[in-house]
Amino acid sequence: MSEDIINQVTQGEYKYGFTTNIDTEVIPMGLNEEIVRLISAKKNEPEWLLDFRIKSYRHWLTMKMPTWAHLEIPPIDFQNISYYAAPRKKSPKSLEEVDPEVLKTFDKLGIPLEEQKALSGMAVDAVMDSISVKTTFKENLAELGIIFCSFSEAVQHHPDLVQKYLGSVVPYTDNFFATLNSAVFSDGSFVYIPKGVRCPMELSTYFRINASNTGQFERTLIVADEDSYVSYLEGCTAPMRDENQLHAAIVEIIALKNAEVKYSTVQNWYPGDKEGKGGIYNFVTKRGICKGENSKISWTQVETGSAITWKYPSCILQGDNSSAEFYSVAVTNHFQQADTGTKMIHLGKNTRSHILSKGISAGFGQNSYRGLVRVSKNADNARNFSQCDSLLLGDKCGAHTFPYMDVNNDTAIVEHEATTSKISEEQIFYCNQRGISTEDAVGLIVNGYAREVINKLPMEFAVEAQKLLQITLEGSVG
Amino acid sequence: MLEIKNLHASINGKEILKGVNLTIQAGEIHAIMGPNGAGKSTLAWVLSGNPAVEVTHGEINFNGKNLLEMSPEDRSREGIFLSFQYPVEIPGVSMVNFMRTAVNEQRKYKNLEPLSAADFLRLMREKKELVEMDNKLTSRSVNEGFSGGEKKRNEIFQMAMLEPKLAILDETDSGLDIDALRIVANGVNKLKRPDNAALVITHYQRLLDYIIPDFVHVFYDGRIVKTGDKNLALELEEKGYDWIKKEVETPIEQ
Repeated sequence: MSEDIINQVTQGEYKYGFTTNIDTEVIPMGLNEEIVRLISAKKNEPEWLLDFRIKSYRHWLTMKMPTWAHLEIPPIDFQNISYYAAPRKKSPKSLEEVDPEVLKTFDKLGIPLEEQKALSGMAVDAVMDSISVKTTFKENLAELGIIFCSFSEAVQHHPDLVQKYLGSVVPYTDNFFATLNSAVFSDGSFVYIPKGVRCPMELSTYFRINASNTGQFERTLIVADEDSYVSYLEGCTAPMRDENQLHAAIVEIIALKNAEVKYSTVQNWYPGDKEGKGGIYNFVTKRGICKGENSKISWTQVETGSAITWKYPSCILQGDNSSAEFYSVAVTNHFQQADTGTKMIHLGKNTRSHILSKGISAGFGQNSYRGLVRVSKNADNARNFSQCDSLLLGDKCGAHTFPYMDVNNDTAIVEHEATTSKISEEQIFYCNQRGISTEDAVGLIVNGYAREVINKLPMEFAVEAQKLLQITLEGSVG
Repeated sequence: MLEIKNLHASINGKEILKGVNLTIQAGEIHAIMGPNGAGKSTLAWVLSGNPAVEVTHGEINFNGKNLLEMSPEDRSREGIFLSFQYPVEIPGVSMVNFMRTAVNEQRKYKNLEPLSAADFLRLMREKKELVEMDNKLTSRSVNEGFSGGEKKRNEIFQMAMLEPKLAILDETDSGLDIDALRIVANGVNKLKRPDNAALVITHYQRLLDYIIPDFVHVFYDGRIVKTGDKNLALELEEKGYDWIKKEVETPIEQ
């Protein structure tokens, strides 16, 4: 009987799986120094950036793909990927110049690029394949001295800022995928909030993979100068394709004295079909540094997509009295695998970090939390509280927790709590008996379970995330 | 309202119900009594559509519809309510959210607009008073950390919210102290109307001091073996279930 219910499971369809028919420029497949130079040349980059790429590429050649994660990763042929794809039309000056097909794509995804529609007050940078398509509200933000543009544009117009901070949080030698990204990254968003400015609207980047056989390697750099504040949102989708596509991004955040950065992600890359065919391989390095005193960084993520997720948004708490938060909901259904968590590195005195991770597994999904809390010798009075909860739907999925703690200071207080629970048939029947259908019951229970995290998201995102959770788990009960 | 004909049902292949016949009219209260393991709860599960029970034979007609063909949620929307013997905890789901979803699903089924937040809260307040339910309880997760008595009271509260046509109370009295018993019974009595009915499953006669049944049925070995008025309950209390056992088994041996 329970099999029956489980078999009805996982009927949720991925609704962003369409492709857009646009003229795309794709460079030849494969990776070598020539390709790296070609990407740099296409983007008309200065010498120092080309050097950075070449340095990274050469280092990458010496590296091996990491195998420590609790993931089964099929071999990836890095020569069978195209490392750059762009809608043919270049840097539109205004909305009229954007390919209407591209606009339609973002419309379909519910991302308003027309500024009237965006009156709700959210500035959007839309990235299709390798190229930033359009950034809205740029002028309004510029009046406050805020820079919000595509990464390529920042390289051209604010090279000093980019050069100063690029690779300062995630060095080009950091890890296999970060090094690969450093060599071939294409585009992404750049944000700079000047001293004392509180960014009046949510900044948002929307990533979309469209072309086939391409990897997406975007790079985001956020710098919050002293006494500033910004809330940044990131969303991602991709078409349904039979083959797997590689996504290896880097996000770097720098928070200076008294600055606060909130980074929220709703990740919904194509997860593959019910048999586990296709889907995005998502290997992302996200890290922030609380560089100044009293600075604060918080990561909130709702991870529902990708065939494989390998992602640990982390914080280095360097400034005294700085604080960091990590709130995560990760869902794996069908054959999805996720190994995700965070690292909190306490360096400064009186630093505080809070980790709240909620894993949900259904179908044959495998969900791992992996976290590191490190308190260095000089980090007096460091505090950490970690809570990792797992929810299982069905009996063929798995939840795993790998917490690491490395405490080198006697004054530190580090706490870890973990729970595992299961949605039972009794709970479902109880809801049914009150007139609530099984799908609604699962939605109710899952959203209740994830509520603490979803509440951390900005309003519009929270509603979307809630719906997404429900769709992702449609029919999955055990 | 409800007509059960020659109902047979089994759990994990073991036959529990062995030919139940029962008719309930609107406005009536029926009590089912019987020893442990007689199949009383199984009957409640069959009526509410618990997938753990397999119906092997028989018919159930509820207000002109074939109940056995309906999903558990549709049975609820048609007006069948089960007060669980062991109410389930649902951590993370607030009572408010749970009840609002339930009430609005029932309304949707009847092609009614969902209740506004204000109307819903008003309804909740009103029903809470009816069953003397603590405010604290409705702000918590469904049944989470509730005492046994609080869980039972919560069942009656939900019944008040959903206003069912047929309420099935599965040993709602077990584990209740005398005050809680009185409150629960009062709730049931206040909700009684000429157009609804109740099926009260109980082990002991004491609940029937508060909820006066029109009919008392004695359940034994998967069947109703004796039917009477409220005095049957008293007789049963006095003579014990052995009396029934003897009465049922003796003729078979002859």
